[in-house]
Amino acid sequence: MDQLLHQVVNGLATGAIYAVIALALVMNFNSTGHINFAQGEMAMFSTYVAWTLIAMGMPYGVAFLVTVAISFVGGMLLERFVLHRFRNAPLLSVVVVFIALFLGFNAVAGWIWGPVLKDFPSPVSSYKTGTSLVGAHELFVGAVAGAMLLLLYGFFRFTTLGLKMRAVACNPTSSRLVGIRVSWTLALGWGLAASIGAVAGMLIAPLTFLDPHMMTGILLYAFAAALLGGVDSPPGAVIGGLVVGVAENLLGAYVVGAELKMSVALVIVVLVLVYRPQGILGRVTVRRV
Amino acid sequence: MSASQQTAHPAALLDARGLRAYYGDAPALHGVDLRIEVGGKVALLGANGAGKTTMLRAICGLIRTQGEIAFAGQEIRGFATEDIVRLGIAHVPEGRGTFAELTVEENLRLGGIIHSDKARTRQDIDRFLRYFPRLKERIRQQAGTLSGGEQQMLAISRALMLRPRLMLLDEPSFGLAPLMVLEIFQILKRINEEERVSLLIVEQNARLALELADHGYLLETGRIVLHGSSAELKANEEVQRAYLGYSGSKARRPESTPG
Repeated sequence: MDQLLHQVVNGLATGAIYAVIALALVMNFNSTGHINFAQGEMAMFSTYVAWTLIAMGMPYGVAFLVTVAISFVGGMLLERFVLHRFRNAPLLSVVVVFIALFLGFNAVAGWIWGPVLKDFPSPVSSYKTGTSLVGAHELFVGAVAGAMLLLLYGFFRFTTLGLKMRAVACNPTSSRLVGIRVSWTLALGWGLAASIGAVAGMLIAPLTFLDPHMMTGILLYAFAAALLGGVDSPPGAVIGGLVVGVAENLLGAYVVGAELKMSVALVIVVLVLVYRPQGILGRVTVRRV
Repeated sequence: MSASQQTAHPAALLDARGLRAYYGDAPALHGVDLRIEVGGKVALLGANGAGKTTMLRAICGLIRTQGEIAFAGQEIRGFATEDIVRLGIAHVPEGRGTFAELTVEENLRLGGIIHSDKARTRQDIDRFLRYFPRLKERIRQQAGTLSGGEQQMLAISRALMLRPRLMLLDEPSFGLAPLMVLEIFQILKRINEEERVSLLIVEQNARLALELADHGYLLETGRIVLHGSSAELKANEEVQRAYLGYSGSKARRPESTPG
Protein backbone atom coordinates (compact mmCIF):
# COMPACT_ATOMS: atom_id res chain seq x y z
CA MET A 1 0.00 0.00 0.00
CA ASP A 2 2.78 2.34 0.98
CA GLN A 3 4.52 1.55 -2.25
CA LEU A 4 1.38 2.22 -4.28
CA LEU A 5 0.96 5.59 -2.58
CA HIS A 6 4.58 6.34 -3.27
CA GLN A 7 4.10 5.57 -6.96
CA VAL A 8 1.07 7.85 -7.12
CA VAL A 9 2.89 10.76 -5.47
CA ASN A 10 5.87 10.26 -7.74
CA GLY A 11 3.53 10.21 -10.69
CA LEU A 12 1.93 13.47 -9.62
CA ALA A 13 5.36 15.09 -9.33
CA THR A 14 6.52 14.07 -12.81
CA GLY A 15 2.98 14.77 -14.03
CA ALA A 16 3.28 18.38 -12.86
CA ILE A 17 6.33 18.73 -15.10
CA TYR A 18 4.53 17.22 -18.07
CA ALA A 19 1.78 19.69 -17.27
CA VAL A 20 4.11 22.68 -17.54
CA ILE A 21 5.51 21.54 -20.90
CA ALA A 22 1.95 20.79 -22.00
CA LEU A 23 1.06 24.36 -20.98
CA ALA A 24 3.78 25.62 -23.30
CA LEU A 25 2.37 23.49 -26.12
CA VAL A 26 -1.14 24.77 -25.42
CA MET A 27 0.13 28.34 -25.28
CA ASN A 28 1.74 27.95 -28.67
CA PHE A 29 -1.29 26.15 -30.09
CA ASN A 30 -3.65 28.85 -28.85
CA SER A 31 -1.66 31.63 -30.46
CA THR A 32 -0.44 29.97 -33.67
CA GLY A 33 -2.61 26.91 -34.21
CA HIS A 34 0.44 24.64 -34.34
CA ILE A 35 1.93 22.03 -32.03
CA ASN A 36 5.61 22.88 -31.73
CA PHE A 37 7.55 19.61 -31.71
CA ALA A 38 10.71 21.53 -30.85
CA GLN A 39 9.21 22.92 -27.62
CA GLY A 40 11.06 20.35 -25.49
CA GLU A 41 14.41 20.97 -27.14
CA MET A 42 13.96 24.73 -26.75
CA ALA A 43 13.29 24.11 -23.05
CA MET A 44 16.43 21.96 -22.81
CA PHE A 45 18.46 24.73 -24.45
CA SER A 46 17.05 27.31 -22.01
CA THR A 47 17.99 25.06 -19.12
CA TYR A 48 21.58 24.94 -20.36
CA VAL A 49 21.55 28.74 -20.45
CA ALA A 50 20.40 28.73 -16.81
CA TRP A 51 23.11 26.21 -15.91
CA THR A 52 25.74 28.44 -17.53
CA LEU A 53 24.50 31.50 -15.64
CA ILE A 54 24.56 29.61 -12.33
CA ALA A 55 28.01 28.23 -13.12
CA MET A 56 29.13 31.82 -13.67
CA GLY A 57 28.12 32.52 -10.08
CA MET A 58 24.66 34.02 -10.49
CA PRO A 59 22.21 33.22 -7.65
CA TYR A 60 19.50 30.69 -8.56
CA GLY A 61 16.58 33.11 -8.40
CA VAL A 62 18.26 35.69 -10.62
CA ALA A 63 19.43 33.04 -13.09
CA PHE A 64 15.87 31.68 -13.20
CA LEU A 65 14.39 35.07 -14.10
CA VAL A 66 17.13 35.97 -16.56
CA THR A 67 16.67 32.60 -18.30
CA VAL A 68 12.93 33.18 -18.57
CA ALA A 69 13.61 36.59 -20.12
CA ILE A 70 16.25 35.29 -22.53
CA SER A 71 13.93 32.49 -23.59
CA PHE A 72 11.14 34.98 -24.20
CA VAL A 73 13.32 37.06 -26.50
CA GLY A 74 14.75 33.93 -28.15
CA GLY A 75 11.27 32.56 -28.84
CA MET A 76 10.21 35.87 -30.37
CA LEU A 77 13.31 36.04 -32.56
CA LEU A 78 12.74 32.47 -33.70
CA GLU A 79 9.24 33.39 -34.81
CA ARG A 80 10.29 36.62 -36.48
CA PHE A 81 13.23 35.20 -38.40
CA VAL A 82 12.28 31.56 -39.01
CA LEU A 83 8.62 30.68 -38.56
CA HIS A 84 7.52 34.02 -39.98
CA ARG A 85 8.73 32.89 -43.40
CA PHE A 86 6.44 29.88 -43.27
CA ARG A 87 3.34 31.84 -42.29
CA ASN A 88 1.42 30.85 -45.39
CA ALA A 89 3.19 27.57 -46.00
CA PRO A 90 1.32 24.25 -45.96
CA LEU A 91 1.08 22.47 -42.61
CA LEU A 92 3.59 19.84 -43.64
CA SER A 93 6.26 22.48 -44.32
CA VAL A 94 5.71 23.88 -40.84
CA VAL A 95 6.06 20.39 -39.37
CA VAL A 96 9.36 19.96 -41.22
CA VAL A 97 10.55 23.29 -39.78
CA PHE A 98 9.65 22.06 -36.28
CA ILE A 99 11.63 18.86 -36.85
CA ALA A 100 14.57 20.91 -38.13
CA LEU A 101 14.44 23.09 -35.00
CA PHE A 102 14.25 19.96 -32.85
CA LEU A 103 17.40 18.47 -34.42
CA GLY A 104 19.14 21.84 -34.57
CA PHE A 105 18.71 22.71 -30.87
CA ASN A 106 19.71 19.20 -29.89
CA ALA A 107 22.87 19.25 -31.98
CA VAL A 108 23.90 22.79 -31.01
CA ALA A 109 23.43 22.06 -27.30
CA GLY A 110 25.62 18.95 -27.65
CA TRP A 111 28.20 20.98 -29.53
CA ILE A 112 28.35 23.83 -27.00
CA TRP A 113 28.00 21.99 -23.70
CA GLY A 114 29.18 18.48 -24.60
CA PRO A 115 27.52 15.12 -23.99
CA VAL A 116 28.47 14.80 -20.30
CA LEU A 117 25.54 14.84 -17.84
CA LYS A 118 25.46 17.92 -15.65
CA ASP A 119 24.00 18.44 -12.20
CA PHE A 120 21.33 21.11 -12.04
CA PRO A 121 20.53 22.58 -8.63
CA SER A 122 17.12 22.76 -7.01
CA PRO A 123 16.36 25.91 -5.01
CA VAL A 124 14.72 23.82 -2.30
CA SER A 125 17.18 20.93 -2.05
CA SER A 126 18.24 21.92 1.48
CA TYR A 127 14.70 21.72 2.83
CA LYS A 128 13.13 18.56 4.29
CA THR A 129 9.43 17.85 4.04
CA GLY A 130 9.36 15.60 7.11
CA THR A 131 7.98 12.65 5.17
CA SER A 132 9.57 10.12 2.88
CA LEU A 133 6.52 10.23 0.65
CA VAL A 134 7.24 13.49 -1.13
CA GLY A 135 10.44 15.47 -1.59
CA ALA A 136 10.79 19.22 -1.30
CA HIS A 137 11.54 19.58 -5.00
CA GLU A 138 8.38 17.67 -5.94
CA LEU A 139 6.31 20.07 -3.85
CA PHE A 140 8.11 23.01 -5.45
CA VAL A 141 7.32 21.65 -8.91
CA GLY A 142 3.66 21.27 -7.99
CA ALA A 143 3.46 24.80 -6.63
CA VAL A 144 5.11 26.34 -9.70
CA ALA A 145 2.92 24.34 -12.08
CA GLY A 146 -0.20 25.47 -10.23
CA ALA A 147 0.89 29.10 -10.29
CA MET A 148 1.66 28.96 -14.01
CA LEU A 149 -1.74 27.46 -14.70
CA LEU A 150 -3.53 30.27 -12.89
CA LEU A 151 -1.43 32.89 -14.65
CA LEU A 152 -2.04 31.45 -18.10
CA TYR A 153 -5.72 30.88 -17.53
CA GLY A 154 -6.12 34.46 -16.40
CA PHE A 155 -4.01 35.70 -19.27
CA PHE A 156 -6.10 34.06 -22.01
CA ARG A 157 -9.41 34.57 -20.30
CA PHE A 158 -9.17 38.13 -19.03
CA THR A 159 -6.49 40.11 -20.84
CA THR A 160 -6.78 41.90 -24.13
CA LEU A 161 -3.49 40.43 -25.34
CA GLY A 162 -4.77 36.93 -24.51
CA LEU A 163 -7.92 37.57 -26.53
CA LYS A 164 -5.84 38.90 -29.42
CA MET A 165 -3.71 35.77 -29.37
CA ARG A 166 -6.72 33.48 -29.47
CA ALA A 167 -8.17 35.57 -32.31
CA VAL A 168 -4.97 35.33 -34.34
CA ALA A 169 -4.87 31.54 -33.92
CA CYS A 170 -8.50 31.32 -34.92
CA ASN A 171 -8.54 33.59 -37.98
CA PRO A 172 -5.44 35.60 -38.95
CA THR A 173 -7.09 37.55 -41.79
CA SER A 174 -10.04 38.64 -39.68
CA SER A 175 -7.58 39.59 -36.96
CA ARG A 176 -5.82 41.97 -39.34
CA LEU A 177 -9.20 43.36 -40.38
CA VAL A 178 -10.01 44.35 -36.80
CA GLY A 179 -6.61 46.06 -36.58
CA ILE A 180 -4.57 43.48 -34.64
CA ARG A 181 -0.86 43.50 -35.51
CA VAL A 182 -0.77 39.81 -36.28
CA SER A 183 2.94 39.28 -36.75
CA TRP A 184 3.78 40.84 -33.38
CA THR A 185 1.08 38.85 -31.67
CA LEU A 186 2.46 35.60 -33.06
CA ALA A 187 5.97 36.52 -32.00
CA LEU A 188 4.74 37.31 -28.47
CA GLY A 189 3.00 33.93 -28.38
CA TRP A 190 6.24 32.19 -29.26
CA GLY A 191 8.10 34.18 -26.65
CA LEU A 192 5.63 33.24 -23.92
CA ALA A 193 5.68 29.56 -24.89
CA ALA A 194 9.48 29.56 -24.84
CA SER A 195 9.45 31.13 -21.36
CA ILE A 196 7.05 28.53 -20.03
CA GLY A 197 9.21 25.80 -21.55
CA ALA A 198 12.26 27.29 -19.85
CA VAL A 199 10.52 27.07 -16.47
CA ALA A 200 9.67 23.43 -17.15
CA GLY A 201 13.26 22.65 -18.12
CA MET A 202 14.61 24.19 -14.92
CA LEU A 203 12.10 22.17 -12.88
CA ILE A 204 12.96 18.87 -14.56
CA ALA A 205 16.73 19.15 -14.67
CA PRO A 206 17.30 18.54 -10.91
CA LEU A 207 15.43 15.22 -11.27
CA THR A 208 16.91 13.94 -14.52
CA PHE A 209 20.33 15.63 -14.78
CA LEU A 210 20.98 17.99 -17.63
CA ASP A 211 21.81 16.51 -21.02
CA PRO A 212 20.81 17.27 -24.60
CA HIS A 213 18.34 14.38 -24.67
CA MET A 214 16.61 15.06 -21.38
CA MET A 215 13.43 16.35 -23.03
CA THR A 216 12.86 13.81 -25.76
CA GLY A 217 10.74 11.44 -23.70
CA ILE A 218 9.20 14.21 -21.64
CA LEU A 219 7.92 16.01 -24.72
CA LEU A 220 6.12 12.84 -25.76
CA TYR A 221 4.41 12.64 -22.35
CA ALA A 222 3.61 16.33 -22.47
CA PHE A 223 2.12 15.89 -25.92
CA ALA A 224 -0.05 13.06 -24.60
CA ALA A 225 -1.00 15.29 -21.66
CA ALA A 226 -1.96 18.23 -23.87
CA LEU A 227 -4.03 16.00 -26.13
CA LEU A 228 -5.70 14.25 -23.22
CA GLY A 229 -6.61 17.53 -21.55
CA GLY A 230 -7.76 19.22 -24.74
CA VAL A 231 -5.09 20.88 -26.79
CA ASP A 232 -6.56 24.39 -26.45
CA SER A 233 -7.23 24.27 -22.71
CA PRO A 234 -4.65 25.35 -20.08
CA PRO A 235 -6.52 23.64 -17.17
CA GLY A 236 -6.86 20.57 -19.40
CA ALA A 237 -3.09 20.51 -19.89
CA VAL A 238 -2.56 20.36 -16.13
CA ILE A 239 -5.16 17.64 -15.57
CA GLY A 240 -3.78 15.74 -18.56
CA GLY A 241 -0.24 16.08 -17.22
CA LEU A 242 -1.15 14.72 -13.79
CA VAL A 243 -3.16 11.82 -15.25
CA VAL A 244 -0.37 10.89 -17.66
CA GLY A 245 2.24 11.14 -14.89
CA VAL A 246 0.32 8.85 -12.53
CA ALA A 247 -0.69 6.41 -15.27
CA GLU A 248 2.89 6.18 -16.50
CA ASN A 249 4.20 5.46 -13.00
CA LEU A 250 1.53 2.92 -12.00
CA LEU A 251 1.53 1.04 -15.31
CA GLY A 252 5.33 1.13 -15.35
CA ALA A 253 5.54 -0.29 -11.84
CA TYR A 254 2.79 -2.89 -11.94
CA VAL A 255 1.80 -3.70 -15.52
CA VAL A 256 4.13 -3.07 -18.43
CA GLY A 257 7.43 -2.64 -16.58
CA ALA A 258 9.89 0.23 -16.73
CA GLU A 259 11.15 -0.63 -20.22
CA LEU A 260 7.76 -0.12 -21.84
CA LYS A 261 6.79 3.02 -19.88
CA MET A 262 7.23 5.24 -22.91
CA SER A 263 4.63 3.28 -24.85
CA VAL A 264 2.03 4.37 -22.27
CA ALA A 265 2.20 7.88 -23.72
CA LEU A 266 1.72 6.61 -27.25
CA VAL A 267 -1.23 4.45 -26.22
CA ILE A 268 -2.82 7.49 -24.58
CA VAL A 269 -2.24 9.60 -27.71
CA VAL A 270 -3.89 7.01 -29.93
CA LEU A 271 -6.82 6.38 -27.59
CA VAL A 272 -7.56 10.09 -27.23
CA LEU A 273 -7.37 10.73 -30.96
CA VAL A 274 -9.71 7.85 -31.68
CA TYR A 275 -12.28 8.22 -28.91
CA ARG A 276 -12.20 11.83 -27.76
CA PRO A 277 -10.27 14.10 -30.10
CA GLN A 278 -11.27 17.25 -28.20
CA GLY A 279 -9.75 15.85 -24.97
CA ILE A 280 -11.19 16.23 -21.48
CA LEU A 281 -11.70 20.00 -21.38
CA GLY A 282 -11.06 21.05 -24.97
CA ARG A 283 -13.76 22.80 -26.93
CA VAL A 284 -15.54 20.89 -29.61
CA THR A 285 -15.10 23.09 -32.62
CA VAL A 286 -18.21 23.36 -34.66
CA ARG A 287 -17.91 25.11 -37.96
CA ARG A 288 -20.92 26.04 -39.94
CA VAL A 289 -20.48 27.57 -43.36
CA MET B 1 -16.72 69.61 -40.34
CA SER B 2 -19.86 71.47 -41.25
CA ALA B 3 -22.83 69.59 -42.55
CA SER B 4 -23.94 72.39 -44.84
CA GLN B 5 -20.60 72.40 -46.57
CA GLN B 6 -20.93 68.65 -47.18
CA THR B 7 -24.35 68.84 -48.73
CA ALA B 8 -23.41 71.81 -50.88
CA HIS B 9 -20.24 70.24 -52.14
CA PRO B 10 -19.94 66.58 -51.13
CA ALA B 11 -16.41 65.64 -50.18
CA ALA B 12 -14.93 62.33 -51.26
CA LEU B 13 -14.43 59.94 -48.35
CA LEU B 14 -12.72 57.41 -50.57
CA ASP B 15 -11.18 58.30 -53.88
CA ALA B 16 -9.40 55.56 -55.84
CA ARG B 17 -7.66 56.53 -59.08
CA GLY B 18 -6.06 54.22 -61.60
CA LEU B 19 -6.08 51.40 -59.09
CA ARG B 20 -4.39 48.22 -60.22
CA ALA B 21 -4.22 45.04 -58.17
CA TYR B 22 -2.28 41.83 -58.61
CA TYR B 23 -2.52 38.23 -57.48
CA GLY B 24 1.13 37.28 -57.74
CA ASP B 25 2.06 38.69 -61.13
CA ALA B 26 -1.42 38.34 -62.60
CA PRO B 27 -3.29 41.64 -62.77
CA ALA B 28 -6.85 41.52 -61.46
CA LEU B 29 -7.78 45.22 -61.65
CA HIS B 30 -6.69 47.34 -64.61
CA GLY B 31 -6.85 50.94 -63.47
CA VAL B 32 -10.10 51.42 -61.58
CA ASP B 33 -11.50 54.82 -60.58
CA LEU B 34 -14.03 54.74 -57.77
CA ARG B 35 -15.34 57.46 -55.49
CA ILE B 36 -17.44 57.30 -52.35
CA GLU B 37 -18.84 60.48 -50.89
CA VAL B 38 -19.09 61.13 -47.18
CA GLY B 39 -22.23 59.31 -46.07
CA GLY B 40 -22.59 57.70 -49.48
CA LYS B 41 -23.84 54.24 -50.33
CA VAL B 42 -22.13 52.71 -53.32
CA ALA B 43 -22.91 49.37 -54.95
CA LEU B 44 -20.18 47.51 -56.82
CA LEU B 45 -21.75 45.15 -59.32
CA GLY B 46 -20.41 42.60 -61.72
CA ALA B 47 -20.30 38.94 -62.62
CA ASN B 48 -18.24 36.30 -60.85
CA GLY B 49 -14.55 36.96 -61.33
CA ALA B 50 -15.05 40.57 -62.41
CA GLY B 51 -12.82 41.77 -59.57
CA LYS B 52 -15.35 42.96 -56.99
CA THR B 53 -13.82 41.15 -54.04
CA THR B 54 -10.38 42.13 -55.32
CA MET B 55 -11.43 45.78 -55.21
CA LEU B 56 -12.33 45.54 -51.53
CA ARG B 57 -9.16 43.62 -50.74
CA ALA B 58 -7.16 46.26 -52.60
CA ILE B 59 -8.67 49.09 -50.56
CA CYS B 60 -7.77 47.24 -47.35
CA GLY B 61 -4.23 46.53 -48.42
CA LEU B 62 -4.72 42.78 -48.41
CA ILE B 63 -3.14 42.43 -51.88
CA ARG B 64 -0.45 44.15 -53.90
CA THR B 65 -1.68 47.31 -55.63
CA GLN B 66 -0.58 50.26 -57.75
CA GLY B 67 -2.28 53.60 -58.25
CA GLU B 68 -3.80 55.95 -55.71
CA ILE B 69 -6.29 55.50 -52.90
CA ALA B 70 -7.13 58.55 -50.86
CA PHE B 71 -9.20 58.09 -47.70
CA ALA B 72 -10.49 61.31 -46.14
CA GLY B 73 -7.84 63.16 -48.09
CA GLN B 74 -4.98 60.93 -46.94
CA GLU B 75 -3.11 58.63 -49.32
CA ILE B 76 -3.39 55.10 -47.90
CA ARG B 77 -2.23 52.90 -50.75
CA GLY B 78 0.65 50.74 -49.62
CA PHE B 79 -0.30 50.99 -45.93
CA ALA B 80 -0.46 47.78 -43.88
CA THR B 81 -3.99 46.43 -43.47
CA GLU B 82 -3.83 47.01 -39.71
CA ASP B 83 -3.10 50.70 -40.24
CA ILE B 84 -5.80 51.16 -42.88
CA VAL B 85 -8.33 49.58 -40.54
CA ARG B 86 -7.26 51.90 -37.72
CA LEU B 87 -8.10 54.91 -39.91
CA GLY B 88 -11.74 53.80 -39.92
CA ILE B 89 -12.29 51.35 -42.76
CA ALA B 90 -14.15 48.24 -41.63
CA HIS B 91 -14.24 45.26 -43.96
CA VAL B 92 -16.95 42.61 -43.68
CA PRO B 93 -15.20 39.95 -45.72
CA GLU B 94 -16.43 37.25 -48.02
CA GLY B 95 -17.46 34.32 -45.85
CA ARG B 96 -18.04 36.70 -42.92
CA GLY B 97 -14.66 36.16 -41.24
CA THR B 98 -16.18 34.86 -38.01
CA PHE B 99 -13.85 33.97 -35.16
CA ALA B 100 -15.61 30.61 -35.02
CA GLU B 101 -14.05 29.24 -31.84
CA LEU B 102 -14.66 32.39 -29.82
CA THR B 103 -17.93 33.53 -28.30
CA VAL B 104 -20.20 36.13 -29.86
CA GLU B 105 -19.17 38.59 -27.16
CA GLU B 106 -15.47 37.97 -27.77
CA ASN B 107 -16.02 38.51 -31.50
CA LEU B 108 -17.59 41.87 -30.72
CA ARG B 109 -14.85 42.87 -28.29
CA LEU B 110 -12.31 42.06 -31.00
CA GLY B 111 -14.17 44.36 -33.37
CA GLY B 112 -13.40 47.26 -31.03
CA ILE B 113 -9.95 46.06 -29.97
CA ILE B 114 -8.17 49.13 -31.39
CA HIS B 115 -10.04 51.34 -28.92
CA SER B 116 -8.45 51.30 -25.50
CA ASP B 117 -11.50 52.60 -23.62
CA LYS B 118 -13.03 49.36 -22.33
CA ALA B 119 -16.08 50.96 -20.77
CA ARG B 120 -16.97 52.50 -24.10
CA THR B 121 -16.43 49.16 -25.86
CA ARG B 122 -19.00 47.62 -23.51
CA GLN B 123 -21.44 50.45 -24.27
CA ASP B 124 -20.82 49.97 -27.98
CA ILE B 125 -21.71 46.27 -27.73
CA ASP B 126 -25.07 47.15 -26.19
CA ARG B 127 -25.64 49.97 -28.64
CA PHE B 128 -24.91 47.99 -31.80
CA LEU B 129 -26.72 44.89 -30.63
CA ARG B 130 -29.90 46.96 -30.71
CA TYR B 131 -29.77 46.48 -34.47
CA PHE B 132 -29.49 42.73 -33.95
CA PRO B 133 -31.57 41.65 -30.92
CA ARG B 134 -31.22 38.04 -32.00
CA LEU B 135 -27.46 38.17 -31.37
CA LYS B 136 -28.01 39.51 -27.90
CA GLU B 137 -29.68 36.25 -26.91
CA ARG B 138 -26.65 34.36 -28.15
CA ILE B 139 -23.95 36.55 -26.66
CA ARG B 140 -22.25 33.71 -24.75
CA GLN B 141 -22.56 31.19 -27.58
CA GLN B 142 -19.61 29.99 -29.65
CA ALA B 143 -19.79 32.07 -32.84
CA GLY B 144 -19.21 29.08 -35.12
CA THR B 145 -22.53 27.60 -34.02
CA LEU B 146 -24.59 30.56 -35.26
CA SER B 147 -26.63 30.26 -38.44
CA GLY B 148 -25.34 31.89 -41.60
CA GLY B 149 -27.63 34.89 -41.19
CA GLU B 150 -26.64 35.35 -37.57
CA GLN B 151 -22.97 35.16 -38.52
CA GLN B 152 -23.56 37.88 -41.11
CA MET B 153 -25.22 40.01 -38.42
CA LEU B 154 -22.26 39.32 -36.16
CA ALA B 155 -19.83 40.31 -38.92
CA ILE B 156 -21.65 43.62 -39.44
CA SER B 157 -21.86 44.42 -35.75
CA ARG B 158 -18.20 43.48 -35.32
CA ALA B 159 -17.37 45.93 -38.11
CA LEU B 160 -19.46 48.62 -36.35
CA MET B 161 -17.42 48.10 -33.18
CA LEU B 162 -14.50 49.67 -35.01
CA ARG B 163 -16.61 52.88 -35.20
CA PRO B 164 -15.71 53.08 -38.87
CA ARG B 165 -16.34 55.90 -41.34
CA LEU B 166 -16.53 53.45 -44.22
CA MET B 167 -17.78 49.90 -44.24
CA LEU B 168 -16.87 47.51 -47.05
CA LEU B 169 -19.32 44.63 -47.41
CA ASP B 170 -18.55 41.60 -49.53
CA GLU B 171 -21.77 39.90 -50.62
CA PRO B 172 -23.73 40.26 -47.41
CA SER B 173 -26.61 38.31 -49.01
CA PHE B 174 -24.51 35.27 -49.86
CA GLY B 175 -26.10 31.99 -48.84
CA LEU B 176 -28.90 33.58 -46.83
CA ALA B 177 -32.65 33.03 -46.95
CA PRO B 178 -34.50 35.83 -48.82
CA LEU B 179 -36.21 37.17 -45.70
CA MET B 180 -32.91 37.32 -43.86
CA VAL B 181 -31.39 39.20 -46.79
CA LEU B 182 -34.14 41.83 -46.71
CA GLU B 183 -33.71 42.24 -42.97
CA ILE B 184 -29.97 42.73 -43.30
CA PHE B 185 -30.31 45.29 -46.09
CA GLN B 186 -32.84 47.27 -44.06
CA ILE B 187 -30.43 47.30 -41.16
CA LEU B 188 -27.60 48.45 -43.43
CA LYS B 189 -29.79 51.36 -44.53
CA ARG B 190 -30.40 52.32 -40.90
CA ILE B 191 -26.70 51.98 -40.07
CA ASN B 192 -25.84 54.34 -42.91
CA GLU B 193 -28.34 56.92 -41.65
CA GLU B 194 -28.01 56.55 -37.89
CA GLU B 195 -24.31 55.81 -37.50
CA ARG B 196 -23.21 57.94 -40.49
CA VAL B 197 -21.20 55.10 -41.91
CA SER B 198 -20.59 55.19 -45.65
CA LEU B 199 -21.07 51.88 -47.42
CA LEU B 200 -19.40 50.12 -50.31
CA ILE B 201 -21.35 46.96 -51.09
CA VAL B 202 -20.30 44.18 -53.40
CA GLU B 203 -23.34 42.23 -54.48
CA GLN B 204 -24.41 39.56 -56.93
CA ASN B 205 -27.98 40.60 -56.28
CA ALA B 206 -27.88 43.82 -58.30
CA ARG B 207 -31.54 44.70 -57.77
CA LEU B 208 -31.18 44.63 -54.02
CA ALA B 209 -27.90 46.52 -54.06
CA LEU B 210 -29.21 49.32 -56.31
CA GLU B 211 -32.24 49.74 -54.10
CA LEU B 212 -30.01 50.42 -51.13
CA ALA B 213 -27.24 52.34 -52.87
CA ASP B 214 -27.29 55.86 -54.24
CA HIS B 215 -24.50 55.18 -56.70
CA GLY B 216 -23.36 52.11 -58.58
CA TYR B 217 -20.29 50.91 -60.44
CA LEU B 218 -20.22 48.02 -62.88
CA LEU B 219 -17.04 45.97 -63.06
CA GLU B 220 -16.17 43.70 -65.95
CA THR B 221 -12.89 41.74 -65.97
CA GLY B 222 -11.13 44.25 -63.77
CA ARG B 223 -12.40 47.44 -65.45
CA ILE B 224 -15.21 49.85 -64.59
CA VAL B 225 -17.47 49.76 -67.65
CA LEU B 226 -20.31 51.85 -66.29
CA HIS B 227 -21.06 54.06 -63.32
CA GLY B 228 -23.72 56.49 -62.27
CA SER B 229 -26.59 57.02 -59.89
CA SER B 230 -28.63 53.98 -58.94
CA ALA B 231 -31.57 55.32 -60.93
CA GLU B 232 -29.41 55.65 -64.05
CA LEU B 233 -28.06 52.15 -63.67
CA LYS B 234 -31.50 50.67 -63.07
CA ALA B 235 -32.69 52.35 -66.26
CA ASN B 236 -29.72 51.16 -68.30
CA GLU B 237 -30.71 48.43 -70.75
CA GLU B 238 -27.48 46.51 -70.50
CA VAL B 239 -27.66 46.45 -66.72
CA GLN B 240 -31.28 45.34 -66.91
CA ARG B 241 -30.51 42.53 -69.29
CA ALA B 242 -27.33 41.22 -67.70
CA TYR B 243 -27.80 41.97 -64.02
CA LEU B 244 -31.40 42.70 -63.20
CA GLY B 245 -32.82 39.70 -65.01
CA TYR B 246 -35.06 41.59 -67.44
CA SER B 247 -35.38 40.07 -70.89
CA GLY B 248 -34.46 42.52 -73.62
CA SER B 249 -36.03 45.99 -73.49
CA LYS B 250 -39.38 44.47 -72.87
CA ALA B 251 -40.77 45.67 -69.65
CA ARG B 252 -40.37 46.98 -66.19
CA ARG B 253 -41.52 44.39 -63.78
CA PRO B 254 -43.02 45.66 -60.56
CA GLU B 255 -40.14 46.03 -58.16
CA SER B 256 -40.19 44.32 -54.87
CA THR B 257 -39.98 46.97 -52.23
CA PRO B 258 -38.82 45.69 -48.88
CA GLY B 259 -40.58 46.87 -45.74
